Amino acid sequence: MIVDLNTLLAILAMAVATIATRIGGLVLIRYVTIGENQKRALEAIPPAVLMAVIAPTAFVTGPAETIAAAATAVAAMRLPLLASVAVGVVSVALLRLVL
Amino acid sequence: MQEFRAAAIAMTPLIVAVMPIGLVFGAVAASKGLAPAEVALMSALVFAGGSQFVAMDIWTHPASWAALGFSALLVNIRHVLMSASIGGKLDNFTGPARYASMLLLADEIWAMAEMRASNGKLTPAWYAGLAVPFYCVWVLTSLSGALLGAFLGDPKVTGLDFAFPAVFIVLVMGFWKGRETGAVLAASAFAAVLTHQLLPGVWYIAAGAAAGVVVALLSGARKEAHA
Repeated sequence: MIVDLNTLLAILAMAVATIATRIGGLVLIRYVTIGENQKRALEAIPPAVLMAVIAPTAFVTGPAETIAAAATAVAAMRLPLLASVAVGVVSVALLRLVL
Repeated sequence: MQEFRAAAIAMTPLIVAVMPIGLVFGAVAASKGLAPAEVALMSALVFAGGSQFVAMDIWTHPASWAALGFSALLVNIRHVLMSASIGGKLDNFTGPARYASMLLLADEIWAMAEMRASNGKLTPAWYAGLAVPFYCVWVLTSLSGALLGAFLGDPKVTGLDFAFPAVFIVLVMGFWKGRETGAVLAASAFAAVLTHQLLPGVWYIAAGAAAGVVVALLSGARKEAHA
């Protein structure tokens, strides 16, 4: 079980970045009061980031991925997390066979 | 100790739900060429599923610490809001305990801690009961996924490579709060796809995030103008 140096550095960079965000709010409330605009911007970040991450897969990878992404989104309105993910995984596997 | 146990019991459904996600994370990480020890180390030190999924999406050989650190910062920036919110409810914590507890501020733990703070007393023991078992399960299931990964087959054929995007799609739907969210998502998707086609690396995540925030601020300003 050897740990690659570049991988170790990458993991440490991710850890430092993540810890900074987790401590960040505690530090922030000591110095800043969060107003309406700041709150609105912070609230928009999670959906915007998640959307950005999936957009290339969902829209420009292939028809199987696009259809499966739509199926997952529809499933998410009715089903719990795990079931919706299962819908996405199964449908992409089947669509890749067919398309 | 009693508080710890009660909190751990309250956390059980979320612990069960995170198990398959940990297994899939480990399996896909192994398929990207990470050793089981590296997978366990990442889960132990980063402990933020979303950013770990994204890291696997953009993983290169050799790994680029700058790109991965930057994307972890972007994906996890929501923690700032979460810790700012729960940070005001840690009256029973000593100074160092406040900072220590924030190290394990995953979405699920945060949500359960907020719930406790609203209808009970959030103590360090309660918080530990929420966080510690959940943390251990995350690390152990990702390690197991990495070790079993080879037996799970090619993730492209089984569709498991789609598990992360699917998790994100479900999470995005969870953030839906009406038309305003739709505008944020549309802006983010458009900017991300465009940037993805034009620039290498993870700039598309930054572009999508920025476009979404700009749209949120603009629609907020318009709402205030109307009011």
